[in-house]
Parts: sequence; structure tokens; C-alpha cells
Amino acid sequence: MSALVEYLISGVAIGCGFALVGSGFVAIFRVTEVINFAQGTFAVVAGFVAYSGLTSAGAPQGVAEALGVLAAGALGLAFGGAAIGRKHTSPLASLVITLGLAVTAYAGEIAIWGDQPISFSGLQGDFVLAGAHLLRQYLLVIGVALLVLLGLGVFFTRTYLGKGMTACASNRFAAEVVGISVRRMGLLSFALGGLLGGFAGVLLIPIQPLSFNSDIDLAISGFAAAIFGGLRSFEMALVGGLVLGVAESLVGGYVQASYETVVALGGMLLLMLWQARRRVELA
Amino acid sequence: MSPEDVTRGPAARPPATESPVGPSGVVPLLRTEDLARSFGGVFAVAEVSMSVARGEMRGVIGANGAGKSTLFNLISGHLTPNRGTISYGGKRIEHLAPHERARLRISIVFQTARLFAGMTVLENVMMGAHVWSRHGFFEAALRLPRHRKEEREIRSKAEEALERVGMTPWAATEAESLPLGQQRSLQVARVLCSKPALLLLDEPASGLRAEEKESLAGLLEQLKAEGLTMMLIEHDVGFVSGLADTVTVLDLGRVIAEGPPDEVTQDPAVIAAYIGEGRGRAQRH
Repeated sequence: MSALVEYLISGVAIGCGFALVGSGFVAIFRVTEVINFAQGTFAVVAGFVAYSGLTSAGAPQGVAEALGVLAAGALGLAFGGAAIGRKHTSPLASLVITLGLAVTAYAGEIAIWGDQPISFSGLQGDFVLAGAHLLRQYLLVIGVALLVLLGLGVFFTRTYLGKGMTACASNRFAAEVVGISVRRMGLLSFALGGLLGGFAGVLLIPIQPLSFNSDIDLAISGFAAAIFGGLRSFEMALVGGLVLGVAESLVGGYVQASYETVVALGGMLLLMLWQARRRVELA
Repeated sequence: MSPEDVTRGPAARPPATESPVGPSGVVPLLRTEDLARSFGGVFAVAEVSMSVARGEMRGVIGANGAGKSTLFNLISGHLTPNRGTISYGGKRIEHLAPHERARLRISIVFQTARLFAGMTVLENVMMGAHVWSRHGFFEAALRLPRHRKEEREIRSKAEEALERVGMTPWAATEAESLPLGQQRSLQVARVLCSKPALLLLDEPASGLRAEEKESLAGLLEQLKAEGLTMMLIEHDVGFVSGLADTVTVLDLGRVIAEGPPDEVTQDPAVIAAYIGEGRGRAQRH
């Protein structure tokens, strides 16, 4: 029983991290229709910058983590400039650019932080729930992720600017006609995607050490979470992230850790096939 | 004019000597000079020079392929000219992007619905306020009081615009689900919410039923009485004639006639241009 609780809670925490990465995909796709495959890079860089802030600069934990998130936001803006800055870049061309940037970023990451996995301890101590000893960091991940996602949902659906950003994806032409700079909104969405990836990075790195190429796992899991809601819904990205995180954790705990990603993604695929079939039947 | 003239493009002309000030001594709100745009060597618009005075309702007519839509897209910024200039309030705008022109309060009603899917009718209209709202990112994100106050202002302006086009009962309807006529009205409401200085309408009467056309004409009359400058690009000569102060007739990308509607529609060159695609269009009303 206590093992199950432990797997569930740690799965939920990891899932929240996936949901944050996934919501970065959603934020960028909703506005620009670009699938940003550098989404995992934002998380890795944020984690690494926070690590440097802690170890080299001796900054307090919160400050170092905030720096990491901001650095990821700035990186998002820069990647956005490269991916959509030029007029008439098709979303597909932008996707390839983001993929290229993600790989190119490896060189910088290795030069600065080396090629070994990096981690730092997060929130100290643990707590007991139903007989299971759990890291407090899990609670922090879950709490912060839910707050960030809630704020994001409110921003996109309730505020005028958020609607303006969504308008760009809904009808580019109409957005221009009402005076919205589609390019500026797109850059803003990339910065937002960077911040979201950054949150995932600094929250996950104490639980899961990150190395320069961890961005692939994060991007795949985040993308799977995001695609669960058709890349347009933050709520469904959260659901997708949680399903994926819990499935991974259960497989890792009860079956074998090396199968966890494969089995989780396979399960996700079945779920999506079922969903698609249901949609066809309804239509 | 033979079709070969079109492919040759704009003829060389001596440099314009007139000042941006028109003959009447007033700066026109919109002025195009020697405007030309070609597609694959064929000029869809060739040396179009015209000016629209403040408060004027200008009609632009022409047969299919006369260059109306190209002219429209050149003014809206969705096409860039090969040569020539566009001035708006005395400033050159031909290099500006569509959204920058929108911010100068050049508002557009398209023939095809350009609506925001997944938003209600009211939300679509509220988007029109983007050109004049001052909201900032953090104000919006943090929902500061100033931002909330502006949002209220935008909402009331949007409700007012919906009322004017008679669509208040559909405010909460999903915009995509509306029939064509109402989608057009919704576009007009969105434009009204943007507080336009120049309103461009691309075939606003096409596909509308008779009574829808009538109510659209009534609304445009009202806007004209309020002093709004409008440019109405239309295939339906009868519709334009009833509304416009001056009509510009395009044929094969060039202006072939310009003047009051009743004179222009009697012009032999205009009648000839319209006969090309079926007799009687010009005399329909």
C-alpha cells in the first residue's frame, strides 16, 4: 500500500513536470502553429543555470531557480526570433529550425556545464502519507505546477491579451486586420514557452538529474502530454502529463524502470487511438 | 484597350509635379499614385491614381478581373505594389504591414468571413478594439484595475457595435456557426468597435439576401452621415450607385472612368467594359 502511494505521488509530481513542458508546446502552438522541439532545451538550460547560480555564485535557492526560469524565458525569446522572426516562414520550416537549435544548444551546454548529469537538492526533508515516505519536493512540484497552469489558463481564456494571442492562431489574417502584430505575439508565446519549460527544469532537476541530452525525453513526454489535448488545451496537457507520469512511475515501480517510458508512451498511444475513434463515432 | 496593354504594364510617365495637396486645396485622406502590381508579368493593377476625400463614400466598380481585389489588397497591406505610392492623411503607407495600417485606423470588411473561430460573437467584436486599447502584458496578466477598467470599456463599445448591426441577441453565439449574412454583419460590428477613420469594404453585398443588402445599405448611409470615409469595392453596380458620392471604374487594372454614379454608369466605355461579361449589369437598377 505504502509503495503504491509512493509511486502515485511521485508519478503525479513527474507528470506535473511533463505538463509544464507540454503547456509550453501548447502556448507556442496555439499562437504560431509551430511545434517547438526545443521545448526540452528550455528545461535543461533552466536547471543548469539554477545549478550554476547555487554552486558558483552562491545565490539563495529561490533566487538561483528564478534566474534559471528567466534564462529559459530569454532563450525562448531568442529561439523564437530564429524560428519565426523572418516573414513567411512556414510552421514546418520553423519546426525544423527549433530542432536544429535544440541540437546546436548541446555544444553550448557541454562547453559550460560538461556532459555529466547535474542535480541539486530541492526542498529538504520528507513527509509521511498513508505510511509512505515522500519527498517534500514532490509537493513543491505539484503545487507550483498547478499554480502556474491555473494562471496560464486564466491568462489565455480570460484576459484580452491572451485572447489576442489565441486569435493569431485562430485566424492570422483577421488578427492582422484588427491590428495585432502576429510576429510579436508569436515571440511573446516563445518567451512564455521558455518560462514554462524553465519551471519544469528547476522543479524536476532535484528529482531527476538532467544532462545535456535530457531534453529529448522531456520534449517527447511533454509533447505526448500536449498532443493529448490536440496541442491546444492546457487542461488536457495537464491530464496527459499526469496519465503519463503516473503510468511511468507504476511501470518503473512494479515492472522494470527501463521500460517505463516505452510502456507509458505506448499506453498514451492506445488512449489517443481510442479518443480519436470516439471522436469519429460522434461525428 | 486591348488585353496586350495589360501585359506591357504601366507606361513611362513624366514625374508627378502636383503636390500631395489635391486640386481643392485639401489633403485627401487616401491617395494612390501610379499604383501598379503584377502577377507573373501580368499587371492586375496598372498606374492607378485616385484620391478619396475625408468624409467621402467612394465606390470602386469593375468587371471580374478588373483589378478591384488587387487594389483593395494593396491598400490593406496584404500585397505590396511593384511601383507607385499610397498616402494616407499625407503620409506614405505602402511599406507598412497590414497590422500597422490597421493601427492607423484603416479598417476592413472582407468578402469572405475572417472571424476568430472558437470565440463568441461578442468576443470577436471585442477583438476590434485591439487597435486602440493600451493594455500591457503585465497589466493583462496580473489583471490590474486599470486593465479591468479598459476591458469594461472595450466590452461596452463592442455591445454598442453589435446593437448597431442588430446582432445583440447573438452576442453569446459561437461566431463560426452564423450564416453568411450575419458573419458579414459581425465583421461590420468588429470594424465599428475599432473606431475606424477609413473603412474599406470588399464586396460587402455579395451573397446577401435582398433585405440583408437593404439593412447593410442603411447602416452604411448612417456611417456616411456621421462623416466616416469609406471605400466600397463592389461588383453590384446598383448597390454602389445608391450609396457612393463618386464612383471609380476599373477595367484591366486601369481607371477608365470616375465621377458621380449616374454619369459614370452612362459612360459608353463603362457600359462596354461591363458588356464583356454579360449585358445589362450596369443597368440593373
